[in-house]
Amino acid sequence: MKQVIVKNLVKKFGAFVANDHLSFEVEQGEIFGFLGANGAGKTTTIRILCGLSAPTSGEVKVATYDIYTQREQIKKHIGYMSQKFSLYNDLSISENIRLYGGIYGLSRKAIKEKIEEYIEKLQLKEYQTLKVFDLPLGVKQKLAFLVAIIHNPPIVFLDEPTGGVDPITRRQFWEMLYEEANNGKTIFVTTHYMDEAEYCHRVSIMVDGKIAALDTPEALKQKYKADSIEKVFIKLARG
Amino acid sequence: MKTILYLIQKEFLQIFRDKMMLPIIFAIPIMQLLVLSYTATFEIKQIELGIADMDQSVTSADLISRFKASPFYIVSVIKPNYQTLEEQMQKGELEQIIYIPTHFEQDLYKGSEAPIQIITDAINGSAASLMSAYSMKIIGNYNKDFLVKEMMMPKEYINIQTEVSFWYNPDLNYKTFMVPGILVLLVTVIGLFLSALNIVKEKEIGTIEQLNVTPIKKYQFIIGKLLPFWLIAMVDFIIGLLLARFVFMVPMLGSVTMVILVAGVYLILVLGMGLFISTISDTQKQSMFISWFFVMIFILLSGLFTPVENMPVWALWLNIVNPIAYFIEFMRLVLLKGSTLAHVYHLILVIAIYAVVMIGLATWRYRKVA
Repeated sequence: MKQVIVKNLVKKFGAFVANDHLSFEVEQGEIFGFLGANGAGKTTTIRILCGLSAPTSGEVKVATYDIYTQREQIKKHIGYMSQKFSLYNDLSISENIRLYGGIYGLSRKAIKEKIEEYIEKLQLKEYQTLKVFDLPLGVKQKLAFLVAIIHNPPIVFLDEPTGGVDPITRRQFWEMLYEEANNGKTIFVTTHYMDEAEYCHRVSIMVDGKIAALDTPEALKQKYKADSIEKVFIKLARG
Repeated sequence: MKTILYLIQKEFLQIFRDKMMLPIIFAIPIMQLLVLSYTATFEIKQIELGIADMDQSVTSADLISRFKASPFYIVSVIKPNYQTLEEQMQKGELEQIIYIPTHFEQDLYKGSEAPIQIITDAINGSAASLMSAYSMKIIGNYNKDFLVKEMMMPKEYINIQTEVSFWYNPDLNYKTFMVPGILVLLVTVIGLFLSALNIVKEKEIGTIEQLNVTPIKKYQFIIGKLLPFWLIAMVDFIIGLLLARFVFMVPMLGSVTMVILVAGVYLILVLGMGLFISTISDTQKQSMFISWFFVMIFILLSGLFTPVENMPVWALWLNIVNPIAYFIEFMRLVLLKGSTLAHVYHLILVIAIYAVVMIGLATWRYRKVA
């Protein structure tokens, strides 16, 4: 089953074309890496897929629902973690989990279980009453990911989820992603870290609002005769 | 429904966790009510009066003693010299000067004209007319007594007797008039600013994105945002009413229940306006300035500090969209005059329609999709 179908997606801001006729598909259970330089249009695409921004034209289906007519259905079936940390800093870990659990319509009992499960997972037992503000960045990002999938959506969109954290935390974060992908969740992730791109099942590389390449990391390296995705990226981005 | 409860819980947690918020929401309005009600007065007391007594007679001393006896005046200088008094007025030490010329006593007893000059600092026009009215009254009374006593004129002869009675506020108690208005002002400011800053704050720090990707409904979001602030503003309003009743002894002639119910509707209007401002601004700064702009205009036009009747016609037209004006009028009518539903239903109707419009606008403008 395809979780994302995009055909000829265009998004313009005035005269500026942020997304120029994008077409791609993402399969269920896939970790799909969405790469590109700053300003290449990645965040614009991800915001359209999440229903936060309306496309100018093109066909978009997410979790089998149409972006123009079934936006609220889509919102029930996706998770989203934005580039900017957007949980409430002045609430505690469990208060944030409870809020989003409540908004997604989880039962009181399910919320309680989620709080326990997440605190266990993040090994935060002694910090659970602490305000999120006081947590280290890496922990915040892991928490944001877990909150984004609290309603167990089939697909989750992550916009630069590991920006600014150390390699060990990044590795732990990716282990969490793999675990979810193995459970059948589709992961749509943008990143700047090329080593992370190597972990993805398939990678698309965006240059100036267009998709310049899309394939498995291995196939891309062969095609562009490079020994790492980083080199592929540099070749493409330089044009 | 459950979603709304989770949102409300979250708002309250955030409000009460912020250590500055409690004093801002409760202590500051109470302090303002107490301070403003005592200070925002139109009464003129303790007018600094200088008298240039050129006559130095028994009669002029008698007239001066009338001013000394008045609670409105402090006779700060009496001099047989005008020049220095004028300098003092220039420095702002005197607000009024009375010039009693030489031969004042002589002229009076001769039965001819005995002019007295009153000079009033008229920088503040309305204060000046009050001061001048006070002094004319004192001099007029003195004149009357003089005619009766010294010139043996029969009392009936003197003039038309006017009997003045003040309705609804017989003691001309200024606070009675001001307190309900100031209370309206305070809950308006609290409600408007709390709500105007709220959504825009979530926009600024980015937390609204996370809410916008959830299947939350617009009405759930708006109610979740409004209800906490509505409750807070209502608590403020009721505290204010209690202070009005038991500290300022404002008579509450009409139905207090009706006042509280209409205040509830009025606050929906104010909060809706705040949320609307919040949805059209991108930063807290913008939101703050827009709110301040409207609050200033609404207050000055509302008739809180100056009578609406004296304003130019175009200002009266502006008042058609001034929610504060409607609610202040309602409060004064019901509390001070004891007006009943039949007298004020038109005001209530306007407030209610306005509330529906503002909430409608806020809901319409709040976009989950950019």
